[in-house]
Amino acid sequence: MARIIGGIGTTHVPAIGKAIAEQKHDDPYWKPFFSGFTAVHKWLQTERPDVAVVFSNDHGLNFFLDKLPTFAVGAANEYRNEDEGWGIPVSRAAKGDAPLSWHLINNVVEDGFDITMCQEMLIDHAVTIPLNLMWPQGGWPPIVPVAINTVQHPLPSMARCFELGRSVGRALASYPQDLKVVVIGTGGLSHQLDGERAGFINKEFDTLCMDQLSADPEALTHYTIPQLVELAGAQGVEFLNWMAMRGALGGTVRELHRNYHIPISNTAAATLLFENRPRAERRKAA
Amino acid sequence: MRHHIEGTTMFDGDQAQKGYALNRMCFSFNSAENREAFRRNEDAYCARYGLTKEQREAVKSRNVLQLIEAGGNVYYLAKLAGIFGLNVQDIGAQQTGMSVEAFKQKLVAAGR
Repeated sequence: MARIIGGIGTTHVPAIGKAIAEQKHDDPYWKPFFSGFTAVHKWLQTERPDVAVVFSNDHGLNFFLDKLPTFAVGAANEYRNEDEGWGIPVSRAAKGDAPLSWHLINNVVEDGFDITMCQEMLIDHAVTIPLNLMWPQGGWPPIVPVAINTVQHPLPSMARCFELGRSVGRALASYPQDLKVVVIGTGGLSHQLDGERAGFINKEFDTLCMDQLSADPEALTHYTIPQLVELAGAQGVEFLNWMAMRGALGGTVRELHRNYHIPISNTAAATLLFENRPRAERRKAA
Repeated sequence: MRHHIEGTTMFDGDQAQKGYALNRMCFSFNSAENREAFRRNEDAYCARYGLTKEQREAVKSRNVLQLIEAGGNVYYLAKLAGIFGLNVQDIGAQQTGMSVEAFKQKLVAAGR
């Protein structure tokens, strides 16, 4: 049986891609951010997940506004990155796990999520930067990318993204192969790139979100999308990817590590690591 | 249902429809060859994508607020801004009427 061992949330700001290419890890501006990954590296080296399910949003590499799915699941054995027009170096490709993808697709559709299936999908910096941050030496596990629309309104709700994550979690639990899975949510936290409110950052709200992810994620599902735009910034809505990641984890989680740093580029940068504690264990402890 | 947030344009169906030609052109800038073609002849390139007069003026002005007003989405506009050598902090400064240094300081201050 596939087993979700934990979840990781991380920012995916494009400037990180350039900083990695230029090896700025010890630069005073970047160090507070990059040093937040040491604990993640140690955990990944110990736990060695076999596969990663990555919830993220495309920024106009794979999808354009002509056809924009609310939720899309990759079903390929390889996912390439290409020129995004943002001056980030093109990343290496990630391997996929098509049989696992199809298992997830079959189960989430049966569960009521009418997702788009993609046998070809380019992955943009929202996937490649987190993978580069988590496995800087390479050796990425195969991935199943799940794209969530955070670009064009109407966006799926916080509750819906949380439920999608739960559905993916149930699907993983029924996968017959013995796999250790890590779930990843990328983007955020608070930031806004556009408009007179550009540069908006909300430390208080970010902290609340990070705290509630382990304590009471359902409380976060009550925020509407306009409220999220107001509190997290127009692009802070990428937190939807984190909600899906959290949904895929069990009822209780343990926060193993947190790093929060303002600013990286225009963004409040966060890295969170959760250990998954299955429901059964929680019952036993009660 | 509209929800007004100061200094923020929700990129909804109306904006997406209004900005389609502009965003479609910006999407083409994923290709280095297209970026080069734009640099070589901006007028011809904009004409090829059928930009509205308002959009053409906005591109000419290099003014991000004007580009948003014309329906541009910031993720797509970032690809255009890159051609002009502007990163997200440059465009943040431009939209807020600050110097880039002051804008960077504002971001740092948000962490305190």
